[in-house]
Amino acid sequence: MRMIAIMIRILQQLRHDKRTMALMIVAPIFVLTLMSFIFSGIDYDPKIGVINAPLQFINNLEDHDAHVTRYSEFDAAEALRLSQIDAIVNFENGVPHIEMEGSDANKNKAVLMLIQKVNQEQITVIEPEITYLYGYEDMTTFDNIGPTLIGFFVFFFVFLIAGVSFLGERTSGTLERLLATPLRRWELVLGYLLGFGTFTIIQSTLIAWYSISVLDVMMVGSFGLVLLITILTAMVALSLGTFISAFANNELQMIQFIPIIIVPQVFFSGLFDLSTMHPWLQAVAPLMPLWYVADALKNVMIRGNGWDFISHDMYVLLGLCAFFMIANIVTLKKYRKI
Amino acid sequence: MSDYSLLFLLKERRKNLENKVDKNTTASPCIQISHVNRIFGKKQVLFDISLDIPFSKIIGILGPSGSGKTTLVKMIAGIDEATSGEVFVLNEKMPKLSLMNKIGYMAQADALYGELSAEENLYFFASMYNFPRTKKKQRIAEVLELVNLTEFSKLQVKQFSGGMKRRLSLAIALIHEPPILILDEPTVGIDPILRKSIWEELRRICENGTTIIVTTHVMDELEKCDSLGMIRDGKLIAVGSPAELKAASSSTTIEEAFLYFGGAST
Repeated sequence: MRMIAIMIRILQQLRHDKRTMALMIVAPIFVLTLMSFIFSGIDYDPKIGVINAPLQFINNLEDHDAHVTRYSEFDAAEALRLSQIDAIVNFENGVPHIEMEGSDANKNKAVLMLIQKVNQEQITVIEPEITYLYGYEDMTTFDNIGPTLIGFFVFFFVFLIAGVSFLGERTSGTLERLLATPLRRWELVLGYLLGFGTFTIIQSTLIAWYSISVLDVMMVGSFGLVLLITILTAMVALSLGTFISAFANNELQMIQFIPIIIVPQVFFSGLFDLSTMHPWLQAVAPLMPLWYVADALKNVMIRGNGWDFISHDMYVLLGLCAFFMIANIVTLKKYRKI
Repeated sequence: MSDYSLLFLLKERRKNLENKVDKNTTASPCIQISHVNRIFGKKQVLFDISLDIPFSKIIGILGPSGSGKTTLVKMIAGIDEATSGEVFVLNEKMPKLSLMNKIGYMAQADALYGELSAEENLYFFASMYNFPRTKKKQRIAEVLELVNLTEFSKLQVKQFSGGMKRRLSLAIALIHEPPILILDEPTVGIDPILRKSIWEELRRICENGTTIIVTTHVMDELEKCDSLGMIRDGKLIAVGSPAELKAASSSTTIEEAFLYFGGAST
């Protein structure tokens, strides 16, 4: 079986090329770890300077973990100018006036939230009881973007490595040499799918396992489904990468496809809230393979949904994979008509 | 190696007998190229080439770089297709997948997998042909021996010298014992001693029934061919044995003959 021979050869090549193998497994794990540190960070506690503030107000602020410092008007202005504090609350005749440092949008929001909370507490209301259909109270940003990130890193690294590998086949002349044998074009493309596919099963399993068990990203669904999604993701990336490599003449040109093909997918994958985008931009999202990946992974990992909820995404991904493979087989005609 | 070569010789003879039967039943040549034109975009690379190549001969295709030698042999190998005109190999129109089993092709650039060992490369290419598993191993050992690479069989190809890669490419072209062998500049980067032994080997393979097509611009190698086709600017300017070509142009070397025919065509 020629297909199997190609699969074995790809695995042999990977075995000899430890660096590439490490890149495909260690790099995603490394970056995911970094992102989990960054996005699981504890909430920011604003630094507030107060002038003439009543004690009650300061206590309220401190109850919410704010760092509060008393200042004279002159010192407060100076501290704000040097960005030592995020805001000044100045009580002029008992009316608070807030001056923000203002250079960091996140810090601005944190200050305003804090002030709002403190204000609300002064009007006593019956605190509503909050329950979560999906997720949980202290759900971190990383819990939310984790599933998307897993999908993205699997997609990105498989796209790159498979693309460069197939490109190498063109540039080194081995593709032409292979087509001087009775090998059929579809056997070559399927052989690649099998070879890298086998490897990506290992890769996807490791990445998914690491994210869930070690990084503790939220996971309430079935691990089997997560694996199925990531493997299908790898297959789409593989077929897209090998197909796209036809339009690159060297490795650098392959890298040039990253900003064109990979980066836009990140924006539309759901890492950023799509609902605030312009409607015609929202319409672009369903054209991105990663959008389906992220949707399926979130459904399983955060909402704990089963196959019925992700089957649509999965069929689309399967279709994309088949489409890119057929496109690749057709493109190979450039090298041999039959 | 001589004992071994003898064995090889006997084996090839046996195979040759089968080929001979085939040959007697058909009077047509092994390879028939008729009125082939090849145009890439706006550039015409080959102009109305017609050439018959008989069985069991070494045919040299010579010409300067860029004259269209590689394009011509690629058409015979079935990788490229004529824009107009036809190429027949063993009476069948190329390109045809089933015929690729019968052609051994050595490209101008070494098409090898650097991460794999010589043996793994051979095993992989052998798997592209319909081989019984046991025969595969035996055949790999044979061709490695033939190109003097047995002791390096486990070495990664990226550590090979240029000459070693050339030899491995040749071994790959020979792996499935093809009745037709197409070699695109096989001896580039190979030292004179090894070059001599490779040519001796080619002659031996040829005598055992294999038709060999070699492109080259090394003039002294041309004397070793049975027949020559001279290509210049995509046109076949002269065909004949080295002696015939020299006589026709009343020159003493092939080089002179080539200059004579090349000059006459312009």
